[in-house]
Amino acid sequence: MYPIMKNQEIAEDVHEIWVKAPHIARNAQPGQFVIIRTNETGERVPLTISRVVGSTIRIIFMKVGKTTHALAAIPETGYIEDIVGPLGKPSEIAYYGTVAIVGGGVGIASTPYLAKALKAAENRVVGILGARTAGLLILENEMADICDELHIGTDDGSKGYHGFAVDLLRTLINTEPVHAVWIIGQTIMMKVTSEATREMGIKTFVSLNPIMVDGTGMCGACRCTVDGKTKFACVDGPDFDAHTVDFDTLMQRQQMYHELELESFEAWKAAEGEKP
Amino acid sequence: MRRRAAEDRIHDFLEVDLGMTEEDAVSEANRCIGCKKPLCIHGCPVQIDIPAFIARVAEGDFIGAAEKIKEQNMLPAICGRVCPQETQCESTCILSKKGEAIPIGQLERLVADIERKRGPKLPDIGKPTGKNVAVVGSGPAGLTASAELAKEGHHVTLYESLHMPGGVLTYGIPAFRLPKDIVNFEILQVLSLGVELRTNHFIGRSLHVHELLRYDAVVLATGAGLPYFMDIEGENLNGVFSANEFLTRINLMHADEFPTYDTPVLKGKNVVVVGGGNVAMDAARVARRLGGEVTLVYRRREEDLPARLAEVHHAQEEGISFVFCAAPIRILGEKSLTGIECIRMRMDILDDSGRPNPIPIEGSLFTIEADVVIGAVGQGPNPVLLREIEGLTLGKSGNVVTLETGETSLPHVFAAGDAATGAATVILAMGTGKRAAQTVNQRLKGGSG
Ligand SMILES: Cc1cc2nc3c(=O)[nH]c(=O)nc-3n(C[C@H](O)[C@H](O)[C@H](O)COP(=O)(O)OP(=O)(O)OC[C@H]3O[C@@H](n4cnc5c(N)ncnc54)[C@H](O)[C@@H]3O)c2cc1C
Ligand SMILES: Cc1cc2nc3c(=O)[nH]c(=O)nc-3n(C[C@H](O)[C@H](O)[C@H](O)COP(=O)(O)OP(=O)(O)OC[C@H]3O[C@@H](n4cnc5c(N)ncnc54)[C@H](O)[C@@H]3O)c2cc1C
Ligand code: FES
Repeated sequence: MYPIMKNQEIAEDVHEIWVKAPHIARNAQPGQFVIIRTNETGERVPLTISRVVGSTIRIIFMKVGKTTHALAAIPETGYIEDIVGPLGKPSEIAYYGTVAIVGGGVGIASTPYLAKALKAAENRVVGILGARTAGLLILENEMADICDELHIGTDDGSKGYHGFAVDLLRTLINTEPVHAVWIIGQTIMMKVTSEATREMGIKTFVSLNPIMVDGTGMCGACRCTVDGKTKFACVDGPDFDAHTVDFDTLMQRQQMYHELELESFEAWKAAEGEKP
Repeated sequence: MRRRAAEDRIHDFLEVDLGMTEEDAVSEANRCIGCKKPLCIHGCPVQIDIPAFIARVAEGDFIGAAEKIKEQNMLPAICGRVCPQETQCESTCILSKKGEAIPIGQLERLVADIERKRGPKLPDIGKPTGKNVAVVGSGPAGLTASAELAKEGHHVTLYESLHMPGGVLTYGIPAFRLPKDIVNFEILQVLSLGVELRTNHFIGRSLHVHELLRYDAVVLATGAGLPYFMDIEGENLNGVFSANEFLTRINLMHADEFPTYDTPVLKGKNVVVVGGGNVAMDAARVARRLGGEVTLVYRRREEDLPARLAEVHHAQEEGISFVFCAAPIRILGEKSLTGIECIRMRMDILDDSGRPNPIPIEGSLFTIEADVVIGAVGQGPNPVLLREIEGLTLGKSGNVVTLETGETSLPHVFAAGDAATGAATVILAMGTGKRAAQTVNQRLKGGSG
């Protein structure tokens, strides 16, 4: 059992929680994730490590289905049953020169931890954050503190540039040399955005989020096709070279349990509704 | 053997085998002729004193019999259920030459169950030595090594990456063959010796290698959990599983009880399982219990199936169809899968292991309708930790190269179980776990560390 130290809504349907997990905090690095199980009957669900302070780690997630709703409903004095990590390979932190970090939606959760490490490696770090609307934009101040330059965009124009993050990225790489790019967001956003850097051959990483079970390389649920080969995202990734990823297969595999997930969520809502 | 009727048992995950009655056990035990040079002992990978335990059964001393077994084997209720006795102790039993061997496995199972219900007595634990040993992986190899080391008075930290201990016993072998309360009980026995279990620790990540190597000794018992894929077209379609994933969803995550448990699984109407070992049988029988029509495709002949004989019979009784001498070529479908295309194989000359070499017959393609395909085509050592340990010599299949003593190429590092041998059996994992622990103990007590 691992205590929840803090749990708050930071944007509509987006929660930030801090979990006391010394065994993870000790060795965590940017790009890595945890797998949690909320209770005895819970599913194992992967979430990115978004920050580490002492023996606690922060995770930020969007309420989409049963587990994320249940997690958001745990009070600050509560516990989660299990948390394992840090899992996955750390992001390739090195000196590149100028680095752009593009975060989309709840994918922004991963960006400050990464930005900080890249900054410490003496890169010039440009942040690009995109969200559907201003109310869904998270961690703007945190990123502004770390980055040398920060660009904001919203799909509906309610804040910053009116349009998609990919346009901001295009503008950036057309005005100055950029030596490496990270793109973190929904799969479709990563697919579209990474096209911007393909032609110029800029090294571009994406952080893949397939369905996982163990997270230790023992089941293959998370297999993705990268450069024509099968890779296990949980141990070979989750960061991969964007220009070699088969995004379409990934998106299809993410849909595998769609109907069952809805069933599970409906059952949860019904049970919550019956509570006094 | 007494077992539940196939038409009942395909609807649940309760144990199939009902075991022996005490009366039958005594009368079977009395058939033992007490050979002067008992061959059965040589058939046992951990050399249980089989004639001695059978003699006690013959006298009705079931507890005494269980204690005799436990001198060599900490987990008899498990081994009595999952060991391939027909190729081990029972195959060397002299009576098998003329008629039926003594049912050694069934006797082991019965006395272990009786002892468990009575509440077993704990072995004596040696004086604390002040030495710290890390055991990585809590399958049968890690559990056995931990127990042996704790009995000698060493402080053992047993690391496990999953949220539950037991390795394949917990996530792989289904409850209808190995009920989970039995596994949990035997694990608690090991922990009650003072072994400190830390679940949710993925060694190599939660604890870096250099931190691991600070222990006075390390036993690597990380198993062979890396699933191999068939490497054919269509393998990433929705509905294609490795047997490991499929079985983990059921055994560890209880997907059969969805949505009470949150983890889902696709329950196929027409399920094809590829492979012929224990893992394939388990996957097929689980899929059957989820309500599917199940076909198992194996590239060699029936007599070449590597699975335990009893499991093959049980699978046949449960209505699983077998297609022999055929191999998958590609998996068909657009988004979801619709079938699997196979090719017939002819059997060529026998190889060293006495099995024929299968060769595809041109123009013999055929399709089996399927909405779920489960590959059980073998697995290798999980490489994540092993490849990070500098100076650790690995074999061709990624296994840790060890001497018979469990020693590796590094002085304080030992290895046991499937991680050292490649995918093998529970009893071999226990045997190598015990042997590695004995070597560690000699080292630590010898003072040279
Ligand atoms: C490496 C990694 C890091 C992630 N980091 C974050 C993060 O920091 N913040 C965040 O909000 N989300 C993150 N996700 C996605 C997150 O795991 C899913 O949103 C979560 O599992 C949804 O569970 P649910 O029960 O609430 O929803 P469900 O209704 O069960 O599923 C909604 C969608 O989530 C995905 N999903 C479901 N189960 C799993 C599973 N076991 N493993 C992976 N994906 C699944 C599926 O594509 C599904 O369509 C990450 C995923 C991965 C693989
Ligand atoms: C489905 C199935 C059915 C089988 N049926 C039979 C049978 O009927 N009879 C029989 O004798 N044998 C059977 N076997 C084989 C037998 O189960 C194995 O040979 C045996 O379990 C090996 O034991 P082990 O302790 O070496 O490894 P495992 O049981 O594989 O345990 C290894 C453990 O180490 C953990 N681990 C791995 N890496 C790390 C890490 N870096 N950090 C922390 N923990 C880690 C894993 O999570 C796992 O729990 C079967 C196997 C399978 C998969
Ligand atoms: S999640 Fe099981 S292998 Fe990656």
